[in-house]
Amino acid sequence: MRVMAQMAMVMNLDKCIGCHTCSVTCKQAWTNRTGTEYVWFNNVETRPGQGYPRTYEDQEKWEGGWALNKRGRLQLKAGGRLRNLLTIFASPKQPSIDEYYEPWTYDYESLTNAPLQEHTPVARPKSLLSGKDMQVGWSANWDDDLGGAPELATADPILQRVSDKVRLEFEQTFMFYLPRICEHCLNPSCAASCPSGAIYKRAEDGIVLVDQDACRGWRKCVTGCPYKKVYFNHKTGKAEKCTFCFPRIEVGLPTVCSETCVGRLRYIGLVLYDADKVLAAASVTDEKDLLAAQRGVFLDPDDPHVQREAERAGIPHDWVQAAQRSPIWALISTYEVALPLHPEYRTMPMVWYIPPLSPVVDVVQETGVDSEDTSNLFAAIDTLRIPVEYLAELFTAGDTAPVTAVLKRLAAMRSYMRDLNMGRSGDPAIPASVGMDEATMYEMYRLLALAKYDERYVVPAAHAEQAHGLEELATECSLDYDGGPGMGGSGPFGEGSGGQDPLAVENFHMLQQRQTTDTVAEPESRKARVNLLNWDGKSAPAGMFPPKADPDDGTSQPGASDGGRP
Amino acid sequence: MTSTLDVLLWVVVPYVCLAFFVLGHVWRYRYDKFGWTTRSTQLYERRLLRWASPLFHFGILAVFLGHVMGLGIPESWTEAVGMSDEAYHFVAVTIGGVAGFCTVVGLVLLIYRRRTVGPVFRATTRMDKVMYLVLAVVIFLGMWNTVAGSVLNLGGDYDYREGVSVWFRGIFLLQLHPELMADAPIGFQLHGMAAMLLFALWPFTRLVHVFSAPVGYLWRPYVVYRARPDRLGTRPPRRGWDRVEPQEPSRR
Repeated sequence: MRVMAQMAMVMNLDKCIGCHTCSVTCKQAWTNRTGTEYVWFNNVETRPGQGYPRTYEDQEKWEGGWALNKRGRLQLKAGGRLRNLLTIFASPKQPSIDEYYEPWTYDYESLTNAPLQEHTPVARPKSLLSGKDMQVGWSANWDDDLGGAPELATADPILQRVSDKVRLEFEQTFMFYLPRICEHCLNPSCAASCPSGAIYKRAEDGIVLVDQDACRGWRKCVTGCPYKKVYFNHKTGKAEKCTFCFPRIEVGLPTVCSETCVGRLRYIGLVLYDADKVLAAASVTDEKDLLAAQRGVFLDPDDPHVQREAERAGIPHDWVQAAQRSPIWALISTYEVALPLHPEYRTMPMVWYIPPLSPVVDVVQETGVDSEDTSNLFAAIDTLRIPVEYLAELFTAGDTAPVTAVLKRLAAMRSYMRDLNMGRSGDPAIPASVGMDEATMYEMYRLLALAKYDERYVVPAAHAEQAHGLEELATECSLDYDGGPGMGGSGPFGEGSGGQDPLAVENFHMLQQRQTTDTVAEPESRKARVNLLNWDGKSAPAGMFPPKADPDDGTSQPGASDGGRP
Repeated sequence: MTSTLDVLLWVVVPYVCLAFFVLGHVWRYRYDKFGWTTRSTQLYERRLLRWASPLFHFGILAVFLGHVMGLGIPESWTEAVGMSDEAYHFVAVTIGGVAGFCTVVGLVLLIYRRRTVGPVFRATTRMDKVMYLVLAVVIFLGMWNTVAGSVLNLGGDYDYREGVSVWFRGIFLLQLHPELMADAPIGFQLHGMAAMLLFALWPFTRLVHVFSAPVGYLWRPYVVYRARPDRLGTRPPRRGWDRVEPQEPSRR
């Protein structure tokens, strides 16, 4: 037994209202840079729908994840190592920008510059790739809320598998939201695809990261990841992916997407697992056994034997305690209501989902009968073939039994808690009908419905008792680093090249520039880059406004480098 | 009889370029690990790249192996294993010709793509343009030497294995033969000179990605585990007993 700790997430889909706050805050925190305009570490998809990038779940087309080869051994679906290397010069199985979307901005300047005219001037969309006018025809959430569903949602690869006769008329369809981040898999196929070995799994908490200094831009990880959650930064030429907000996790804070989730549907905690069992679990023959196999990899943190082995593996005691309080362990293994997304990709994903009961409840409600009665709900779960089969294709490789079991537990909780909320005594037969006792059901209700902050997020801080190693410590010279103080800005080999400056040095240069020049950003050295964070309001930063017309000779003055001083 | 110019061109320049090549790579690797990438533009355009890039890359790999054989292996060795001059010549010209043809077609397509596809052209740095120019000159001169010299026999008979190759090996063996290059046809001289310029530029261009050819992938375990480093910043922790010497910040 080799015990390892994994930071994991569970999302309760019933509570997702599709507000995209997680996506927006994540984007603001991580990918609001050039080169990552189309990159969404976190995105929220409407299901049924094509997802982002379009039809990423069609692995016959994109060849992501793992598959068993003829000898029954686990192999990358895109092919063996040699084939992987031979296709390195033009990675063939990779979404093009059309499958994501061509990022754009608007020509806002024309709104203020346009001469007096009869019609209101418009800001036309400009491509951020070519700089030319473009017609916006697709984006990350083009089919949000089933927008254009009759034409668009039929291309959903999952829907195509579920039924040949799909109802997408609005009165008859169902809908839910699926927020997605990187799965931080136990058996990551992106890492396995990376020729440079730049993608690694952190030994302490299992977070999968890209070493930006080691990445050489071969793009194989984009092919390898079946969830298409590794993105290629087209400006720096490096792969980037969700980091599970590791700087926050290390100090005991939840990720940005979780922290800002208004529906409080995300849970973060530790899971202990046996690393020796991962390969065997990922290689089981029948896809429908993968869910049970992955559950079998997890270790019970309350088991003294596991605790001893964890100690031997160097996992700190407070981490084991955190694993015992972990909401993830509770939802996956105690209540058994969380399911992995696409276990058939055999990557052992570690972001799990509680499937939504709402499509079922909606149908029951529309028929006018009591939608909080267990027998009505159970009957509906058994008869509503399409939503249940659809959920099964997402979460259990098509096996409806585990999905039905989870939905029945959620339905039972709904009925049971109604009695309590109405001031009646709970009916013990209801929990018993789904194999739970009353106390467990109440605890589950507490975790799922009340979802207190410190119960949702049990994040033990990383052990880094090395305060002296902290950067920019007052006792050390902050300019004393390898290579000496740089001059800031981009290196000669394009955007983002050159060594990384410590924050203190970057600030130093910015301050120096501010004190020695009249403009905040010199147009020569920093190509019209305006940093409003450091702007003290002392003049107009170059590049912020169009050049002023000189009243004397009427010619325009490029740059306005004197900042308007006499 | 070697003139000063010959020594300058075929002794001094090679060593200067070699120094640029070696030291430049060391410097670039230390200074710019983050910028060390292929800078792929596949995201912008894939249809042309799908054919052009493998054509060029497999072609240039074959061309490289051909150069290793032609420049690196002395004529006496191939004779020792019983390979006649004609047989060697035939193998070199046919395989080299095919590889060179693939390389040239690939390169032309790649340059066409780079110029005509808007986003790709926008992502092209000044250094890229210089590199493409020099690389194209080297490849076209090399192709010219093969076609004109060996196939069409324009400039008369010239056995580069007794001329250029000996000079090339001499640079590394410190047995200098500038006179051999001085006597070589102009095509070979220009090809060699352009190639040396390319090697000098190499570490400062995207060509550095050649040295990250991920051969180790074939043997390494699929999933890489790494422990979090103890330090939190971007700078290695100083040992407790090191003297603290504040550096004078450099001024422009």
